[in-house]
Amino acid sequence: MSEFKQTFNSSLGKKLIMALTGLFLCTFLIVHLGGNLLLFKNDDGFAFNVYANFLTHFPPIEVIAYLLYLSILVHALYALILTIKNRKARPVGYAVQAKSDASWSSKNMGLLGSILFLFIVIHMSDFWYRYKYSGSMNYKEYRTDLSSGVTQSVEFAPTSTNFENSVQTENNFEIVRVKDLHERVQQSFSQWWYVLFYVIAMGAVSFHLLHGFQSAFRTMGWVHRKYTPIVEFIGTWFFAVIMPLGFAAMPVVYFFTRS
Amino acid sequence: MSGTNNMNLTLKVWRQKNAQTAGKFVTYKAEGISPDMSFLEMLDVVNESLVHKGEDPIYFDHDCREGICGMCSLYINGHPHGPKRAITTCQLHMRTFHDGQTITIEPWRAAPFPVIKDLAVDRSAFDRIQQAGGYVSVNTGGVPDANEIAIPKVIADEAFNSATCIGCGACVAACKNASAMLFVSAKVSQLGMLPQGQPERYRRVQSMVAQMDEEGFGNCTNTGACEAECPKEISLTNISRMNNDYFSAKLFRQEELHEQSHGEG
Repeated sequence: MSEFKQTFNSSLGKKLIMALTGLFLCTFLIVHLGGNLLLFKNDDGFAFNVYANFLTHFPPIEVIAYLLYLSILVHALYALILTIKNRKARPVGYAVQAKSDASWSSKNMGLLGSILFLFIVIHMSDFWYRYKYSGSMNYKEYRTDLSSGVTQSVEFAPTSTNFENSVQTENNFEIVRVKDLHERVQQSFSQWWYVLFYVIAMGAVSFHLLHGFQSAFRTMGWVHRKYTPIVEFIGTWFFAVIMPLGFAAMPVVYFFTRS
Repeated sequence: MSGTNNMNLTLKVWRQKNAQTAGKFVTYKAEGISPDMSFLEMLDVVNESLVHKGEDPIYFDHDCREGICGMCSLYINGHPHGPKRAITTCQLHMRTFHDGQTITIEPWRAAPFPVIKDLAVDRSAFDRIQQAGGYVSVNTGGVPDANEIAIPKVIADEAFNSATCIGCGACVAACKNASAMLFVSAKVSQLGMLPQGQPERYRRVQSMVAQMDEEGFGNCTNTGACEAECPKEISLTNISRMNNDYFSAKLFRQEELHEQSHGEG
């Protein structure tokens, strides 16, 4: 067995993989939230659709995206392997277990992670899969008057089935034609049960990261009198409060104002 | 031993013949228990009555009875070493409980700690981890001066805090994953932080972690239950310190460590 293989097969090596993939997913969430804040622009999805088109047609981002999908799978797989090993380490459980000092989230990472995995599967099949592979997406045309800067949107049906996107300038009008992912967002977020599921999933994100973010630093051995309080502050306020609230605001705002 | 404050208690005790047979709870009455008795003395009283009745006494581990040997164990009402903080079972007094209370007593439950009998478990897995690397090499020759090597007080204190681990296994018992990482990290830290522990520092952490994995302990999820239940209040920071040493040994160090973990010592 090579030394690297031995390292990553050890208990600490597996924990390191959990920490690194987890932190990578955390950085992705920042980008995901930042980009999706475009949904709050009241422009009939112009900025959002152009952003979605950019993400799916810019090769470096494609590469990072596949790295991301791999991270999700590895994080879930290693969680499963570690959980099985942990269960094996205690074949007979205790009859009485008192309330311990350990936080609720730290003891329920598996449950929270399972909710998140289910959410990611549904979320990706509804948006990512449909956008890239289903062929059932509608298109939209945005006409921007270059002299006044006013954008108007119209329905657009491409003649070719292979059509992806186009940008052209005609008579002082910039015409942008892209897949209308914004329409899917609007449809999905008009169903109350869908909105509820998203809000619950964001609750799970909150509790998962409340423990997970700072725990990843502990696993990597980055504990320091000066920096650990900063890590804990960011993990609590940014990753467990601001970010889930930002994500949850999207379905809620759409449900109440745009449907 | 009779006083007006004496208590009558109901004990639900885990009885198990050996590691191969399944165990079960047996209920006993503990009557006329003085609140000033230690928990182990209470069990002595119960055992005395069992012996008088011709029954098999309850097996439990104990030795120094002053909280320093790490021999006593017992998972009492859902806590290793009982409900009070920072003490071992022998330091737990019956005044912690009240008259008429039911007390459930279980052994440490972890696959690497097989039950020997009843409440006594085999903790030699800890000995094997310790033997794998928990030592420093000392040259023979003249006796060195005690303060020859200057050590900053903050480092000496931190190393000493880690060294207070008595190896009782309460961390494993408390951990939802039956992980031994608090124990191993305390043993790694107490030597790794001091100058005398430097020559073997990066071999030590690898050998001890490898042995820990081989014994079949679970994996740390940083819940901190171990730190809360540790009779010596060993800090969770030790685990991060161990991880740091382990990863730098495995990923950044040049020395060949693999072969040296066996066959030596």
